[in-house]
Amino acid sequence: MHFADTANETFFFLSRIWLIPLLPAIGAAIMFFFGRRMQKAAVSAVCVGVIVLAFIFAVGSVWEYPSWAKANPGHTGYERVLYTWLGSDTGHLTYLTHGGTTAEFKADVGFYLDPLSAIWLLFVTGVGMLIHIYSVGYMAHEGGYYRFFGYMNLFMFSMLTLVLANNYALMFVGWEGVGLCSYLLIGFYFHRKSATDAANKAFIVNRVGDAGFLLGMFALVWYLGSFRFIDINAAARSGHFAIGDPILTAAALLLFVGACGKSAQIPLYVWLPDAMEGPTPVSALIHAATMVTAGVYMVARSNAIFVLAPTAMKTVAIIGALTAVVAASIGLVQNDIKRVLAYSTVSQLGYMFLALGVGAFAAGVFHVFTHAFFKALLFLGAGSVIHAVSGEQDLRNMGDLRRRIPTTFKTMFIATLAIAGIPPLAGFFSKDEILWQAWRSANGSFPYLWLIGFGTALMTAFYMARLIFLTFYGQPRMSHEVEHHIHESPKSMTGPLVVLAIGSVCAGWLGVPASLGGSNSFEKFLAPVFEHGAEVAAAEPSAPAGGEEHRGLEWSLMVLSVGAAVVGGGWAYRHYANAGKDYPEPIAVKAPPLYTALYNKWFVDEAYDYAFTGRRKLGDIRLGAMGAGEASSWFDAKVIDGTVNGAGWSTRAVATLSTWWDTWIIDGLCVNGPAVLARMISYPARLFEWGLVQWYALVMTAGLVGLGFYYVWK
Amino acid sequence: MQSHILSIILFTPLLGALILLFVPKENKAAIRWIANLFALGGFLISLPLVPMFWAQRFEPGFKFMEGAANNWIPSIGAGYVLGIDGISFLLIMLTTLLGWVSILSSWTAIEERVKEYYVWFLVLQTGMLGVFMALDFFLFFVFWEAMLVPMYLLIGIWGGPRKLYAAIKFFLYTLLGSVLMLLGILFLYFHHHTVTGVFTFNIPALYTTAPQIPFHSAIWLFLAFFIGFAIKVPMFPFHTWLPDAHVEAPTAGSVILAGVLLKMGTYGFVRFSLPFFPGVLMNSRVRWSMLMLSVIAIIYGALVSLMQKDMKKLVAYSSVSHLGFCTLGIFALTPLGLSGSVLQQFNHGISTGALFLIVGILYERRHTREIAEYGGISNVMPVYATVTMIMFLSSMGLPLLNGFVGEFTILQGTFIEKEMGGHSGLFWTAWAVPGVVLAAAYLLWLYQRVFFGTVTNPKNEKLHDLTPRELLTFVPLIIMAFWVGLYPKPFFQILEQPVNQLVQTIHDNAKPNAAVNAQVVPQPVPVAPAPAAATKPKGKRE
Repeated sequence: MHFADTANETFFFLSRIWLIPLLPAIGAAIMFFFGRRMQKAAVSAVCVGVIVLAFIFAVGSVWEYPSWAKANPGHTGYERVLYTWLGSDTGHLTYLTHGGTTAEFKADVGFYLDPLSAIWLLFVTGVGMLIHIYSVGYMAHEGGYYRFFGYMNLFMFSMLTLVLANNYALMFVGWEGVGLCSYLLIGFYFHRKSATDAANKAFIVNRVGDAGFLLGMFALVWYLGSFRFIDINAAARSGHFAIGDPILTAAALLLFVGACGKSAQIPLYVWLPDAMEGPTPVSALIHAATMVTAGVYMVARSNAIFVLAPTAMKTVAIIGALTAVVAASIGLVQNDIKRVLAYSTVSQLGYMFLALGVGAFAAGVFHVFTHAFFKALLFLGAGSVIHAVSGEQDLRNMGDLRRRIPTTFKTMFIATLAIAGIPPLAGFFSKDEILWQAWRSANGSFPYLWLIGFGTALMTAFYMARLIFLTFYGQPRMSHEVEHHIHESPKSMTGPLVVLAIGSVCAGWLGVPASLGGSNSFEKFLAPVFEHGAEVAAAEPSAPAGGEEHRGLEWSLMVLSVGAAVVGGGWAYRHYANAGKDYPEPIAVKAPPLYTALYNKWFVDEAYDYAFTGRRKLGDIRLGAMGAGEASSWFDAKVIDGTVNGAGWSTRAVATLSTWWDTWIIDGLCVNGPAVLARMISYPARLFEWGLVQWYALVMTAGLVGLGFYYVWK
Repeated sequence: MQSHILSIILFTPLLGALILLFVPKENKAAIRWIANLFALGGFLISLPLVPMFWAQRFEPGFKFMEGAANNWIPSIGAGYVLGIDGISFLLIMLTTLLGWVSILSSWTAIEERVKEYYVWFLVLQTGMLGVFMALDFFLFFVFWEAMLVPMYLLIGIWGGPRKLYAAIKFFLYTLLGSVLMLLGILFLYFHHHTVTGVFTFNIPALYTTAPQIPFHSAIWLFLAFFIGFAIKVPMFPFHTWLPDAHVEAPTAGSVILAGVLLKMGTYGFVRFSLPFFPGVLMNSRVRWSMLMLSVIAIIYGALVSLMQKDMKKLVAYSSVSHLGFCTLGIFALTPLGLSGSVLQQFNHGISTGALFLIVGILYERRHTREIAEYGGISNVMPVYATVTMIMFLSSMGLPLLNGFVGEFTILQGTFIEKEMGGHSGLFWTAWAVPGVVLAAAYLLWLYQRVFFGTVTNPKNEKLHDLTPRELLTFVPLIIMAFWVGLYPKPFFQILEQPVNQLVQTIHDNAKPNAAVNAQVVPQPVPVAPAPAAATKPKGKRE
């Protein structure tokens, strides 16, 4: 950017913002070329080191940002372009936009820092750094150490590219990049078929979403004439486009398909629970705290488009609410500790989309922020538990761990309170903000969505408390040998747990709502990004003012949701707090069919295998991609190649026939025929012209003798 | 003053072939060294072209022109005319690079009739380069046919069990296309004479007259050229020679076949069909058919790929899918679509060339390409597994690798066209995008079955990893994959001038013809530069 030149001098970190994604990329490259020959200590030093550096640069950049913004009024964010990536950069490789104007095809490798990317930047590098440190302990005894850290660094590079990109195309680079790293890390234990199956599933389901993202991006680029967020937002906010513009609505919906893939929303959520096949730090970093929030980021980044597309917004809200409740319901009965957390993640992501969909972008982002702390903590805690009980992941084989691994217990307990929404922990503020917004959203109120969110809160409290009670309370249900080996994890693992626990307690205080006497500084910080949303909302006639008169209602809803958390937790306490061996599942006791449905995840995977992948046959018929593949292969071999071979065969047949015709009819009948005939006819004549002198002599003699007899007897 | 760099690049491989003729066939080592020397030399000698071309990349018209119209056989108007623009430049560089890589990859794979093998390979190399350089239809056709014979022999002699079937199928199928194309060339040749009174095969000269052929004749000409090129690409439904030829061909043959020979078809569309028949292309039904065949190829090729049990066949069908993207970009008729298409042709040469090398490496060790025979290969061949992963990702279009840039530009270039064959850009793009999803499916599934898991087949336990020579064949391809992925700007700049000019001429030339079509009244043929003797009766020989 032209104005950046003066800024470079004064803003040390900001002007070097491109280093933030580059540092992890360097780490990954070192692992790629030299990792195999490096000591474990060296691998940790390089890979954790680059992330720590990236974190420092991230904090520095965000620290400098407000003063930069003050010095450069009129800009929505700091932009730094490295070079032109797509396009010829001459101004001559152009296309016609929808409106008939000429636009250059151009996407830069450029980075963009505004309040929205600043928040992601901070927690991605911060949580990422903690998880890298944790992994040093967790992966210490695993093979492929350098490979693991190389992939993790590559992931950080991709995620930071996604977050810092200044245009959709570069964002897509990070978007697919995190998908690739997710694939590589889910399949990290590549000897296990289940792991590589899960990896493939994750990548391919994500690709379905990516297809939507691509189409949405193409539509925006064609319609608005640029890849850059700044240009697209400016165009969308220019007032040239009416609310409900069909092309923008289509673009928003297509982008949301992409978000559904990456952020595991209905109908594309199925890959995330399976992704738990990866090592636990991966689940914490990629499949809980950072990557899966990319969809939320993308929708929030495109808020200028979405607010012009109410249909798309409504879709987002409904899909979000549905995902929240469906995933939570499955989480109620799962026995794998990581799977419970995985469904919890899907469910919480649903909350975030619910917030986005009702126009409460800041609330959604706030929940992403707080969720990053407590969900990363829960996963890392689960990893610590698994570490303690010799790799066991089944809740049925745990119990009574609270005194044996106290740090893990205490930190996980805090995280559970946070996710359940107990004040004043982080989850309470963000979740209540979402529920409140769903009730009285400026973009139209959806009380039924509030009801769904409320039910989800109840279930969340139940399954989380169930997880805690089954893990840490009741009677020990593991084998004696396992019990003997239980030990608290090393400092490199518990340290990050403690830091995240502090975050889980305090992160919410950044966004205390006005109704509780807070100033909601989080929302204020983000306000410039979502400014237009507020303007559109103000123009809507139904927009209620969030003033004093609603305070009573807001308080009652808060009390209700805290009540739900307490009730859910209480139920779980009643059924699981003293769980011994073969404890009964309350749902299985009261409603066995429901339990079966929940336990089998509503049979969605099976249905997809029948309908979309074709891995299961419906009777004798295979549907889905594999069915289509089989049909196409048959068509190719029989019909198309059959035609080609048929043409070849008929040519040969005609040739054979012609040969026969030529030999027997033309040459035989027509040419040789008369000759044979002549020969046959001439045969008697030939008797006279035999050419044998003796014969002539014989005939002559016979003639003479005959003549002699004739004259003698006459 | 003429620069002879094109001729030098063109005939270096042929010189190598000639020299090889004088080496005794028992001396295999010498033959291999000489062939590799000339292949590498052919590549190195083409490198000076890069800065030379770069300096004049934005200048219009053909560059490095050699020879003059009608200087070869003046009596029929054939000339030795060479010249390149950005489009042929990229394909020439691809050819010299892949030529070197594939000859290097044959070192241990070919043990029988070594001398003939390398001689034919080098002859093939000259033939391919000639096709991309020729600016005279007669010369072009000579090269076009000349490269058919060595490829036929490469498959037929050094191929697999069904080599004769595959070789004959390949030869006859492509010959059918060539014959139709020859008829088309002759029509253009005589038409040019009718209009200008001059007999010439000179392509720039024909550019001026061919677009004025009225629609009712032009459509047949277009079809003749179309079949010739569509077989070569290959477009659905003319593709079934490809899997057979690939499966039976030796590895290096497959690399060249996929990397360069298929590009002859797309190059033909860009170089001839587009500028010669703009009126036909702008016809809604024709355009619909071309785009429909492209998207069918994308999805159909990917679906068939998904279900293959033979690795090489899988890669072969994936080529059908990828080339579908290339033709989609061409018939979108936008500068973006075209530059994406040419870039993707280059990328496909890099990626799929590498994929065939990858299959060849396993084949050389185990002599089978059945996917079911493998599993857990990354345990025994980790470097090979890594290289394969990179090239698979490049082939499925992962950003920051080459395939993405091409596909993305093609799709964006298709999307922006408001109306094509009665449908919006969104319609065609939406049909093409599932190909991207399926590409991930068939490649990742293949990778899982071959590389992941534990080694279950005892025959695979002692496979040795890549040798330095094998690794060396991949290095240039990986470098190119990352270069195009990370910094494609130079490629876009090289392509910018020719694609803009091409789209401009199509739109300029399509209009008068469109008027003719609308009225269906034969108008007097517009007279091009040389107006004399436009209606000489002796020209009416077609």
